[in-house]
Amino acid sequence: MSTELAIETTGLVKVFGDNRAVDGVDLAVPAGTVYGVLGPNGAGKTTTVRMLATLLRPDAGRALVFGHDVVKDADTVRGRVSLTGQYASVDEDLTGTENLVLLARLLGHSRPAARARAAQLLEAFGLGEAAGRQVKDYSGGMRRRIDIAASILNTPDLLFLDEPTTGLDPRSRNQVWDIVRAVVAQGTTVMLTTQYLDEADHLASRIAVIDHGKVIAEGTKGELKASVGAGSVHLRLRDPAQRPEAERVLAHALDATVQLDPDPVALTATVGGHGTDRGAAEQAARALSELARCGIHVDNFSLGQPSLDEVFLALTDKKGVAA
Amino acid sequence: MSTVPTTAERGDAELGAPDAGTLASLLVGQERPHRPSALSASLTFGWRAMLKIKHVPEQLFDVTVFPVMMVLMFTYLFGGALAGSTEGYIQFLLPGILVMSVVMITMYTGVAVNTDIAKGVFDRFRTLPIWRPAPMVGYLLGDVVRYLLASAVMLVVGIVIGYRPDGGLPGVLAGVALLLVFSFAFSWIWTMFGLMLRTEKSVMGVSMMVIFPLTFLSNVFVDPSTMPGWLQVFVNNSPVTHLAAAVRELMAGNWPATDIAWSLGWSALFVLVFGAVTMRLYNRK
Repeated sequence: MSTELAIETTGLVKVFGDNRAVDGVDLAVPAGTVYGVLGPNGAGKTTTVRMLATLLRPDAGRALVFGHDVVKDADTVRGRVSLTGQYASVDEDLTGTENLVLLARLLGHSRPAARARAAQLLEAFGLGEAAGRQVKDYSGGMRRRIDIAASILNTPDLLFLDEPTTGLDPRSRNQVWDIVRAVVAQGTTVMLTTQYLDEADHLASRIAVIDHGKVIAEGTKGELKASVGAGSVHLRLRDPAQRPEAERVLAHALDATVQLDPDPVALTATVGGHGTDRGAAEQAARALSELARCGIHVDNFSLGQPSLDEVFLALTDKKGVAA
Repeated sequence: MSTVPTTAERGDAELGAPDAGTLASLLVGQERPHRPSALSASLTFGWRAMLKIKHVPEQLFDVTVFPVMMVLMFTYLFGGALAGSTEGYIQFLLPGILVMSVVMITMYTGVAVNTDIAKGVFDRFRTLPIWRPAPMVGYLLGDVVRYLLASAVMLVVGIVIGYRPDGGLPGVLAGVALLLVFSFAFSWIWTMFGLMLRTEKSVMGVSMMVIFPLTFLSNVFVDPSTMPGWLQVFVNNSPVTHLAAAVRELMAGNWPATDIAWSLGWSALFVLVFGAVTMRLYNRK
């Protein structure tokens, strides 16, 4: 069972006019995991998800969900998946309860069972008090929660979450993350699209990075990080004249390429990459003391995760694909 | 005690969030019920339409105020000129204007489908393992309730200003029933346009182009024998003419078998052709 694939695509293509939105995507998603699909706006994430959820027909290639073809066997696929779209996939005119009862009835629950299930889920999702209000009066975080609640009325085998936290405040984002973790703990496979590396990092076990409709990198979090660098160090020097020397020292200490920022006193470097098992913080500390030893004055220092930009720069650089 | 702020932060972040234990118990050991039947799924979507009326009652404007306006306007506008008196004319006009108004109201279906389909909720409906036409059929079932309301409103207004159907209650009910069947079938044209056209405005525009000639070029206002020959050919074969004749005769207490057969025949054709095109568009959207 552990080797069963929840999703398997080969050469998946979707073209809108001149735009090859998805341009030959191959994915293999093991069942029971959270699979992150990372990419900027317009990379083809949503289009890929919509094809897998039977909402769009692929123009070429093949996609299987638990071994069932999404085109030929769409109905079987629909019986096993749920989709929480980028925009609320619930009826804004109806109340929270009405939405869940409606969908539970459509899934075949009897009227009393549908009501009971709706009430339980609303309560569990902290929406008990808002149950009788129309969804259009919900906050962004509440909408996301009712949307996910609607997706797990029947526990799906595969749950698609299309940018579930875009536009949410940190608190609501954490709530959504908690829900995702709870769902996965019960054996559901989750495919999550996101623009945030941070999110993929927190939730996903494998990640595919998509750009211009193509998968430009794929692997476990560890593999991906090793290829990009676990963190990036931002430095501000006191004296711009010392920058060339600082660049040299850093490059040597971190064994990484150092970027010179537009600001004449600032530098950025990636650490923890290239298969080193030493922690990013430790490496950064070593680099700092190295700089101090060379008499370079550092005014400001920060260590963060590489931004999506940096991941892309690193990945596209390596693959020779124009970013 | 340096961990205190972190704990407090996390506690705050989880406020109102699902409790992992509760959620887990909701997810496991759950049996999947059997899929609902086609009828049950359609009726559930019909219930959705009712809920929408409950939450947005303004949408009943077109099935209450508009029909009243139609009855009053045409009765007093044409009554004196065409039949010598408004009382005489309304005996002829009411069944016809009922047909015309309800057939006109059907076009709002297209607009509603067009605005609804653009929202995310349709994505969810389309990923459900249910009978594919159910959302559309549910729509039209909800609309049948609207048509029924419009019919009731117009009949009441008509009776108040002097309409006296010879067919009595059974005749009136039979006429309304035939009208509802036809309108349900005819609405599939609008679901098709609702899915085919990109904006609400274009749906409205196309609807007008279809509905005005179709309803006015009929026997609703006057006897077609007063029209030029070429127009009679169109008018006498129009589905609206057959329907208006059937409803008029039913309400007058007669049994217009031929016109009933034509009306039902047209209805079947509309469902077969436009229902099929609608579902094709729906599946490919």
